[in-house]
Amino acid sequence: MATHSVLALYSNAEYAAEAGEALDNAGFSKEDYEFLTDTPYPEGALGERHSSHRLYVFPFVGALIGLTAAILLTSGTQLAYPLVTGGKPILSIPPMAIITYEGTMLGAILFTVIGIIFESRLPTTKKHIYDDRITEGLIGVVVDCDDNTVDRAEQILTQAGAEEVRREAA
Amino acid sequence: MQEGKILGYRRINRDLLRGVFENPVKYWAIVLFLGLVVLFAVGAAGFMVNRGIGVTGLNRPVFWGFLITNFVFWIGISHAGVMLSAILRLSKAEWRRPATRAAEVLTIFSLMTAVLMPFIHTGRPWRLMYWVFPYDFSRGIWPDIRSPLVWDPSAVNTYLLSSILFVFIALVPDLAVIRDRSSGIRRIAYSVLSLGWRGTPRQWKLQAIAGILLSALILPVFVSVHSIVSWDFGMAVSVNSWHSTIFAPYFVIGAVHSGVSGVVTVMIFMRWLFGWEEYVRREHIDALGRLLIVIAIAWFYFFAMEFLFGIYGQEGDELATRSLQIFGHPWGWLFLTFIITAFFFPVPLWLFRNVRRSFLWMTITTISVNVGMWLERFIIIVPGLARKQIFTQSWYTYAPSPIEIMIVAGTFALVLMLFLLFAKVFPLIPIFDIKEGQILTDEIKVGRRRVPAVIREE
Repeated sequence: MATHSVLALYSNAEYAAEAGEALDNAGFSKEDYEFLTDTPYPEGALGERHSSHRLYVFPFVGALIGLTAAILLTSGTQLAYPLVTGGKPILSIPPMAIITYEGTMLGAILFTVIGIIFESRLPTTKKHIYDDRITEGLIGVVVDCDDNTVDRAEQILTQAGAEEVRREAA
Repeated sequence: MQEGKILGYRRINRDLLRGVFENPVKYWAIVLFLGLVVLFAVGAAGFMVNRGIGVTGLNRPVFWGFLITNFVFWIGISHAGVMLSAILRLSKAEWRRPATRAAEVLTIFSLMTAVLMPFIHTGRPWRLMYWVFPYDFSRGIWPDIRSPLVWDPSAVNTYLLSSILFVFIALVPDLAVIRDRSSGIRRIAYSVLSLGWRGTPRQWKLQAIAGILLSALILPVFVSVHSIVSWDFGMAVSVNSWHSTIFAPYFVIGAVHSGVSGVVTVMIFMRWLFGWEEYVRREHIDALGRLLIVIAIAWFYFFAMEFLFGIYGQEGDELATRSLQIFGHPWGWLFLTFIITAFFFPVPLWLFRNVRRSFLWMTITTISVNVGMWLERFIIIVPGLARKQIFTQSWYTYAPSPIEIMIVAGTFALVLMLFLLFAKVFPLIPIFDIKEGQILTDEIKVGRRRVPAVIREE
């Protein structure tokens, strides 16, 4: 159970990646530390852990829900207002097709957005250790540790060339 | 192609958040002026609501005039945004970085403005509620729920909602940048909006996937929107010149033509207003100019084919309408102006590198395209209606009233004003995207030259 969070700030990606390696070598698990950056670095540039996600499921589920809702809406409306126009059938397919297409796409997009937010683990109300200078270009390495490892973590992060290291109770 | 300098993160933050944190006098002067124009337009619309649509130039059989032309025009402009942003993201074009958000935001505000047009055009906007929410048959209200006009709101609103979400998702990391530079209530507001973003590798990975996935999903919606707008005309039973089989793709490519031109105009305007010389550079408008040449030629091909298909059947009524469009008064002059301003003036100029790299010339030529494309929609809509139809049995012509002109002028001011107000709250150039570009930029030595290069992750 992590009782402390340690944040170290680095001036460049090289130092931050070295800090990660040093933590690995000292027996910290990749689950114990996280990099915080202001810009997307190429995947693996910092030696971060590989994270899997299920984002690709969301658009399919959304599309299915959107399709169903649109079919129900269009057919339900036509049945509720059974006005025969030009001898055409009440349940007319062409006008339904357009709305159904838009409904399907809307469902897919809405669920994709929900999926992006959910898979990004957002929104978060938990207060994490953070520093405003990260959005000025510094790279943060946050380590979750317990009473026994917190001093060791601070030492490793400092040795890796951190500009600043501080700790907070988790 | 890479002509930019390597800039520090602090400098990028300061430059790109100038709109949010600084209050240049010229910014507020422009907003105030635009606000006044919008106010006049609101007054004109209010006058029309009070007196009825008799104060417009609409008549029998010309039931659609300036306002519907303007609707189609703004829908067209809206196509720039997501199309440009999506295609450039999907193709990983390096020069997309300063252009994407401006294009997406232009999409949102032009769509919102477009949606206003049919509402105002009805003359009694609140009565639309009877049509949207039909509440009983006993009052004799039998809305045609299979009407093509129902497709329009479904497509436009899907596109609008999708575009807003697309912009929001891409804004989250930049909102965190503003949060970190703010204090007090502003910090709380941006903390809420940024959803607690910290910039972990997982969040960045999903942000990158989001850009591509949402682009891929919005592209089919974008194509459907202007296709459906074309069917507003194509599905009408009796109007000549509205039934070409390639109307839908012709409308889509026309929308892209006017939309991308609109983005270029707006980018140059932003550069001037916020002093973004390091971000919107000659290489960017050069690349957009090259893209515009391709789009314009594709559009011209569709325009020519649409016309050819119209006269190919040798039907008397169709030939007469086409003749009215080209030779009738005042349509002939408008047609000539349209074809020159939309194609023959800008495109040959864009072939010259110096023109493509000139902010002044690109402003002039892209505004020219949109003058032409506005006229194109006017010439499509009105001459066809002005001739005798099966159901109307009468001939007439159309001239806009001052009320319609004021409303149309107001929409241009509205879009620009909303755009500038957006820039007061959010960055118009994606900060994280620019920073990513800086990380991936390098110089390589080839023989005796040092060549600027961009590393691209596959």
